[in-house]
Order: sequence, then structure tokens, then C-alpha cells
Amino acid sequence: MLTVRRFFATLGPGVLWLAVFLIVPALVMLGYSFLTRTDLAQVGGPWTLESWQRVFGYDALFQEWTADNARVLWRSVWVAGLSTALCVLMGYPLAFYIARQDARRKNLLLLLLIIPFWTNFLIRVYAWILILRPFDLVPSLTATLLGMVYAFVPFFVLPVYSSVEKIDWRLLEAAQDLGAPPARAFMTAVFPQTLPGLVAGILLTFIPALGTFVVSDILGGAKTALVGNLIQNQFGQAGDWPYGSALSFLLMGVVLLGLWGYARTAGQKGLEELV
Amino acid sequence: MIRRTHPALTAWAWLVYAFLYLPIIVLVVFSFNDSRFGATWAGFTTKWYGVLFARADVREALAHTLEIALLSTLVSTVLGTLVGLGLWRYTLRFRTALTGLLVLPIVIPDVVMGVSLLMFYSFVRAGLERLGWTFDNGFWTVLLAHVTFQISYVALTVRSRLAGYGPELEEAARDLGATGLRSFTHVVLPLALPGVLAGALLAFTLSLDDFVVTYFTSGSGFSTLPVLIYTNVKRGVTPDINALSALLVLVTVVAIVAANALLRPRRQP
Repeated sequence: MLTVRRFFATLGPGVLWLAVFLIVPALVMLGYSFLTRTDLAQVGGPWTLESWQRVFGYDALFQEWTADNARVLWRSVWVAGLSTALCVLMGYPLAFYIARQDARRKNLLLLLLIIPFWTNFLIRVYAWILILRPFDLVPSLTATLLGMVYAFVPFFVLPVYSSVEKIDWRLLEAAQDLGAPPARAFMTAVFPQTLPGLVAGILLTFIPALGTFVVSDILGGAKTALVGNLIQNQFGQAGDWPYGSALSFLLMGVVLLGLWGYARTAGQKGLEELV
Repeated sequence: MIRRTHPALTAWAWLVYAFLYLPIIVLVVFSFNDSRFGATWAGFTTKWYGVLFARADVREALAHTLEIALLSTLVSTVLGTLVGLGLWRYTLRFRTALTGLLVLPIVIPDVVMGVSLLMFYSFVRAGLERLGWTFDNGFWTVLLAHVTFQISYVALTVRSRLAGYGPELEEAARDLGATGLRSFTHVVLPLALPGVLAGALLAFTLSLDDFVVTYFTSGSGFSTLPVLIYTNVKRGVTPDINALSALLVLVTVVAIVAANALLRPRRQP
């Protein structure tokens, strides 16, 4: 039984902390998104829907609807999608390779995967400038894509590997004994067993790729701005907090909607397995 | 058991590893390059390391990074462990909502977390100024922000460590005459300890590595190493930043190899 006293001795402090530093800031952000930018202070009244209209493409100056934001959002989605797809292409076979080594080599290979994983994110992105600059590829969308794949591929391989580790290979033998050709045997006996890791890996790659502004800021140019860059700019040079707030809610909404869909299919256990 | 792998799979794996290590190797090599604007090799030198150590801003940022990481890990480990224990110990009516709250800091894009805290701090600051107080300290704003994203990781690590044990353990200790506190310190805590340590380690590295949330919450005049690297990179590539990056990579490698050696299970005789 959880009494009030026990609540404050265990869950209470942590939950209160998250309420104050996570939920209240989100509410402040929601409030700010309905205000306007002022000259002296950062934000001020009156309450307005202007920022939200702008998020969905309304240009107040020319009083017309534009597709600029839709383009940025679409670009963010497909850049994140493409880099995730490349991570799958690179990482999925790698997980099998590692899982099929003997214990010593497996340990070494995992160690070699964890080193870039724990190396500072900014340094790993920065290192690509050194490589791509001689080819005149910085800044470019190609460089952004490369940087994203590089930054996120270890996040993808680790969960897939833990699924591959648990594969019951007897199912594959059974499928082969029953005369299934190799491709069919793999698709029916092995692939489904890797699905939990695959889905977790895709989410762990796609979500940070969708929200990043660091990779595109360092390796891409102003022409290839993603939604993360658009948000960062509102809190930097543009100094438009209400618009930045509304954009943040849009990004958060897209992510939470995706996760909600995942939780609906995978259940609470799946959501907890993500972390 | 050793299973043979197809040569094509082996080749693919080597290619991926080459891709993972190429930038790191290039970084280390260029930190020894005797050229100011070097995309070309101009001879071996260690002078950039000297330049790096002479920079007061680098030393200051390093100190900030470590202070923030140590303190935030301490606070978040205590709070997160208590949350993890509560999740394990009690049947809760709002378990789904609570899990959602804990997963939220992990899944929301860090840029969103950063900017919402930035506005929250500005909001609080304005309120306090009306009362005649000033609140303008990058150290505290960054510290509070780091604890916020660390708590969940600690709580979920502790809870998954305890997941295999039932509440009977604590009840048995009580039946044998242990007080509530004693059954906690002698039974529950030792069981949870590996999870607590793993959670603390995770929290510490997350704090060391964090750029985005720190960038938005630090204000001017306070920076950690990642923020310092970012502002330097934005101004242009310099060899001393290559040296700093190479050193941080070295520290990471040493830490991981050491942790791996310490945590590896002892071989059975």
C-alpha cells in the first residue's frame, strides 16, 4: 500500500522534481506560444494565435499561406528516415556478425562499438569536417546525412544485437529441414525474432535524427535547415520565443504521436524496453 | 559455440568498423599536424597540446564539466534510486502515467527540453526580480537541468535490476524482526546496488556528453567542454580543438576499457 508518507519517502521527490522542471516548463512554453515577441522584454501580450498560424505556414506580412514550414518539416522527416534506413542497412548485418563470434571476439567487437557510442557526440560530428572539407562537401546535405548515420548507427546496432543474441537458431534448422529455401527460411524463422530489437533500434535512431540541430548546424548549411535548426534560430539570432515555442510543440507532437503508435502496438513493456 | 559467417558478412562488418573509426583516427592524426589551417600534412608536432593547456577557458570549462557531472549525478542517483524502489515496491494506481512521466525526458527531443527550460528560467527570473532577488547563475541552471534528464535513467535502471525480486524479501526480513529501515539497508539496498551504480555511471556520462540542454540553459559566461567545443567549431576549425577532441577520445577509450575489465564476470574455475 502506498500511503502519503511512503510516497514522499520514495517516489515523491523524484516525481516532484520532474513536475517542476519538466511539466511546468512545458506549460510555460505553451503559454509563451500564445504571446508575441516584443522589443524590450522577450515576450509580451496580447494573447494571440499568430505563432501557431505561422507554424502551419501563414505569412502575416504577405497575408498568405506558404509551404515553407511544410518543406522544412518534410525535409527533416525524410533526412531522418533516410539516415535511419542507412543505419539499418549498415547495422542489421553487423549485429548478426557480432552475435555469431566466440565469446572473446564478441566482447572485443562490442567494446569497439561502445567506444564511438560513448565518445562525445559533438566531437564525432566535428571529425567529419576534417574528412569532408577537402572534398568540398561541407556544408551540404550529403555531409549532414553522413554525420547522422555516423552519430546514430551505434544506437541502432546495440538493441538489434541484443535481439539477435536471443535468437533460437533451431527454428532456422527446422525451416531448412522442412525444405524452405534460404531466403524464405530467414524471413519466416529468423527475421520475426529480431523485430523487437529492430523496432527499438529504428526508434532510437529516428527520434534523435528528427530533432537534431547539431549535425545539420555543423555539417549542413542554411539551405538545408531542419526543424531543429529552425527552433534553435528562434532562440538565437531571430529571438522569437513564441514562434520557437509553437515549433517545439509541433516537433514534440510528431515524436509523441509516433511513440503513442508504437506503445499501442508494443504495449507498456515495449515502451520500457526502449530505455 | 563458433558459427561460420559468410565472407560477405565478414567484409561488411569490417567496412562498418572502418567507417566508425576513420573519423576518430583522422582526428587524432590531425591533432599532431604542424599546420595552422591544415587539410594537408605539414609534419609532426605536439605544439597544439601546449596551446591547449595554456588556454584558461579550456581549463575552466573542464572544471565546470566535472563539477556539474559529479553533483548532478549525486542528486539524480538519490532521487532516481528512490523512484526506482517505489516503482518496484508498491502497486500503483497511476503506473502508466508515472511510466510516461519517466520516459518523457528520454524520448522528447533534447532541443525541446533545452528551450522549454530556457523559458522557464527566464520566467522564474522575471518573477524573482519583481521580489528584488537576482537569479543569474549558469552553474545552477545547468545543474538543475542535468538532474532532470538523469533521474529517469537511474530510476529505470534500478527498477529493472529489482524486477526479478518480489516484495516477499522485505516481508521476510520484517518477519525476522528487522525494522523498516534495517530491512531497507540490509536487504533491499544491497540487491539494488549494482543497478544504482550502473544508473549513476550512465547519469555521469550523460552529463559529461550533454551539449544541447547545457547550451540553452547555461546563459552567457558559463560553459562546459561540449559548449566550448561548439562555439570554437562555429568560429572555424583550429588545431588545438583537434587536440582537445583527441584527448577526450583517449579518456573515453581508457574509461571504457577499464570499466569493461572491472565489470567482466570472473571466470569459473
